[in-house]
Amino acid sequence: MKLTLKIWRQKNQTDTGSLQEYKLDQLNPHMSFLEMLDTLNEQLIIKGDDPVAFDHDCREGICGQCGVMINGMAHGPLPHTTTCQLHMRSFNDGDTIYIEPFRSEIFPIRKDLSIDRSAFDRIIASGGYISTNTGQAPDALAIPIAHEVVEAAFDSAACIGCGACVATCKNGSAALFTSAKISHLVLLPQGKEERAARIKNMVQTMDKEGFGHCTNTEACQVECPQNISVLNIARMNYEFIRAKALEK
Amino acid sequence: MMKLNANIPDGPLEQKWENYKKKAKLVNPANRKKLDIIVVGTGLAGSSIAASLGEMGYNIKSFCFQDSARRAHSVAAQGGVNAAKNYKNDGDSVYRMFVDTLKGGDFRAREANVYRMAECSLNLIDQAVAQGVPFGREYGGYLNNRSFGGVQVSRTFYSRGQTGQQLLLGAYQALMRQVEKKSVKLFTRHEMLDLVVIDGKARGIIARNLDTGQLERHAAHAVILATGGYGKIYYLSTLAMGCNGSAIWRAHKKGAFMASPSWIQVHPTSLPQSGDYQSKLTLMSESLRNDGRIWVPKNKDDNREANQIPDGERDYYLERRYPAFGNLAPRDISSRAAKERIDAGYGIGPLKNAVYLDFSKAIKEQGKEKIKEKYGNLFDMYLKITGYNAYEVPMMISPSAHFSMGGLWVDYGLMTTIPGLFALGEANFADHGANRLGANSLLQASVDGYFIAPYTIANYLADEIHTGKIDSEQEAFKIAENEVNTKLNQLTDIDGNKTVDYFHKTLGKILYDYCGLSRNREGLEKAINDIRALRADFYKNVKIPKDMATVNIELEKAGRVADYLEIGELMCYDALTRNESCGAHFREEYQTADGEALRNDAEYQFISAWQWNGSPDSPILHKEELHFEFIKPIVRSYK
Repeated sequence: MKLTLKIWRQKNQTDTGSLQEYKLDQLNPHMSFLEMLDTLNEQLIIKGDDPVAFDHDCREGICGQCGVMINGMAHGPLPHTTTCQLHMRSFNDGDTIYIEPFRSEIFPIRKDLSIDRSAFDRIIASGGYISTNTGQAPDALAIPIAHEVVEAAFDSAACIGCGACVATCKNGSAALFTSAKISHLVLLPQGKEERAARIKNMVQTMDKEGFGHCTNTEACQVECPQNISVLNIARMNYEFIRAKALEK
Repeated sequence: MMKLNANIPDGPLEQKWENYKKKAKLVNPANRKKLDIIVVGTGLAGSSIAASLGEMGYNIKSFCFQDSARRAHSVAAQGGVNAAKNYKNDGDSVYRMFVDTLKGGDFRAREANVYRMAECSLNLIDQAVAQGVPFGREYGGYLNNRSFGGVQVSRTFYSRGQTGQQLLLGAYQALMRQVEKKSVKLFTRHEMLDLVVIDGKARGIIARNLDTGQLERHAAHAVILATGGYGKIYYLSTLAMGCNGSAIWRAHKKGAFMASPSWIQVHPTSLPQSGDYQSKLTLMSESLRNDGRIWVPKNKDDNREANQIPDGERDYYLERRYPAFGNLAPRDISSRAAKERIDAGYGIGPLKNAVYLDFSKAIKEQGKEKIKEKYGNLFDMYLKITGYNAYEVPMMISPSAHFSMGGLWVDYGLMTTIPGLFALGEANFADHGANRLGANSLLQASVDGYFIAPYTIANYLADEIHTGKIDSEQEAFKIAENEVNTKLNQLTDIDGNKTVDYFHKTLGKILYDYCGLSRNREGLEKAINDIRALRADFYKNVKIPKDMATVNIELEKAGRVADYLEIGELMCYDALTRNESCGAHFREEYQTADGEALRNDAEYQFISAWQWNGSPDSPILHKEELHFEFIKPIVRSYK
């Protein structure tokens, strides 16, 4: 198949950047989207041009490193699919595809399509854990956890931290990401002890980093590769109010 | 010749680790603050050791090339983690797990190490649950288990098909907690490019900031490499694109021995290659073999759709050849059996390079919902990648390079032949012998980091409390930095006409053909020549953008491929000098009449430990003889 690509090129964080046009042909529809970019880069390198920088690593949808806007959609046209799991059979011969970095002021561009999502790490560092040191754990069966509870915790814990929720949100909110971690931990008996401190610290960090507020458009869940539920956000709000109420 | 001493503690098997811990030297809390430790890699082994040492009060610097510590490739492990909890009451025990692992590794691992791993497995599950890892549970709230290849008990704990992700997030969160407490300083987007050795001891690293291109010197009292495996050397593999062998290889060139580098596990259930553009082969968890049956058509060139082929015309070759273990035969055996059928012309799929993994019987017996609950995410992934619905048609799978049992040689304390340099997780060779059992990889990485290295590193550092701060302005740091700089410039100056990926793919093909699932003398000798020629071509014709001051992905890749072009040659020497078949190392000259591996305990019951001698074509072989005091090596049979 043949494609016209309009790709965001930006040398570094301070460069202004612009869309550049590239043409590719003889593409195999079974290629992944990133393999299509590999093919473009092979050609650019041989021509002596700078290859397009993009984030990726595991290429099986779990590391959370890949992610670009494809025709304005985070991770492209398929629901609940990372960029690396998207294949060219989802496009038509002759298409023009716009490829841009994830959109958020909080995710500065390193180069081209590659972005800095360290704000997510800082949210986790501020409380996204159970405070246990190595060696302190009681036997794993000491506290039974009902099947449904652990499955629900898993659903929240499945977040891969890719940032598509932020990129797709008109407010640039990290509510889905943050609430997924809060729900994962507070659902489990081990995580209940420090629930009040956790929610306050994580929400505070989220605000300090400059992420926008959630206005319940629910666009985030649609783009989320793991289909993390917006109900996590409701739980986060509940936890926040609970913590604030108990403060008094 | 240097005599390798594994420093295995005295005493009966079950008391060795206790004895070690009893006698190990300690560093008191006040002194820990004076000691700096570098940890390279933030996978399960790297995150867990950095967090654990940070909790104890040491000063830690943690490095990873990814944009976040949470992305290391441990994240991709699917099926589970083993532990001898015997919660199923099906006869499991630490001893049974020790025997299974040693046998699974074809008696090419140290008894003491393997036993310790099984022993520490008990604590790991406790630790992970305390961190909030959501392992699968039964309705009463108790932990559930599944079975993995090469064992007859259910000892695998799992979080659906994302166990690696959940364990890694537990370790990553523990790490980030220490980052917040400032006991760990985290350097993401940094790649270690050299090890600094002063007076024979590891004293620091040279790292490159991948965003700015700046070289940095980092000094410490000990350096820990937890940088994973080098299976990506085959290019097409189940590994992440960035996985590499550069940290361990550069340490090797500074004096650390490489152990049994040719022992690479080829995973039986990955998705088959479909074209030349392909960049990786996605793994489908081994756990699928609990319910999936593997088969090929009995008749060659049977072009019917899988569902049109009646049961009587299918060859369930694993069930046929290995009735006792069936579809859960260990990985090396399953992969080889698949290759045997594919090579004999029975392969399926457009390129005739795959076999079927069929769930129709399980779906009929257990219902689609049950199968969905167990493996839903894997079936979804399969659909996304291939476009096929595996609830309706069998999966097509094929063997793919996966895990390196080989790695830096370490003693019982996980220390390499360079004092002060430790290797943890897949980066070392220690526990899996010539073949790793499924779900032992997450286990080994975790126990190395949480429960073993914290003791053994303290034992080493106890003698370093008077050393004082290590100065990174020392001559050795300058020399190392200059060497790295020279090498980077050398690469960008070549300005040839072939991309880095061309060389990586070509090398991968050579290794798949001659140093993969099966090997022979003639092929290995040819591979050595081919790799030398490819290496010469690389240094003449590779093309890399010159920009050193911003993100330069081609330069990063070139450094890794330059190392692969040397590691590959060592793998071939290693395979060539081992005139026997064991585990993943199958030499065609050494097989039984029915095609099984023929081990030679009289002459090859040792670990090969290779010393760098100035160039890739003159490595020196040392041998660590293996002694089996507690269990007698037997012929490994799964029939």
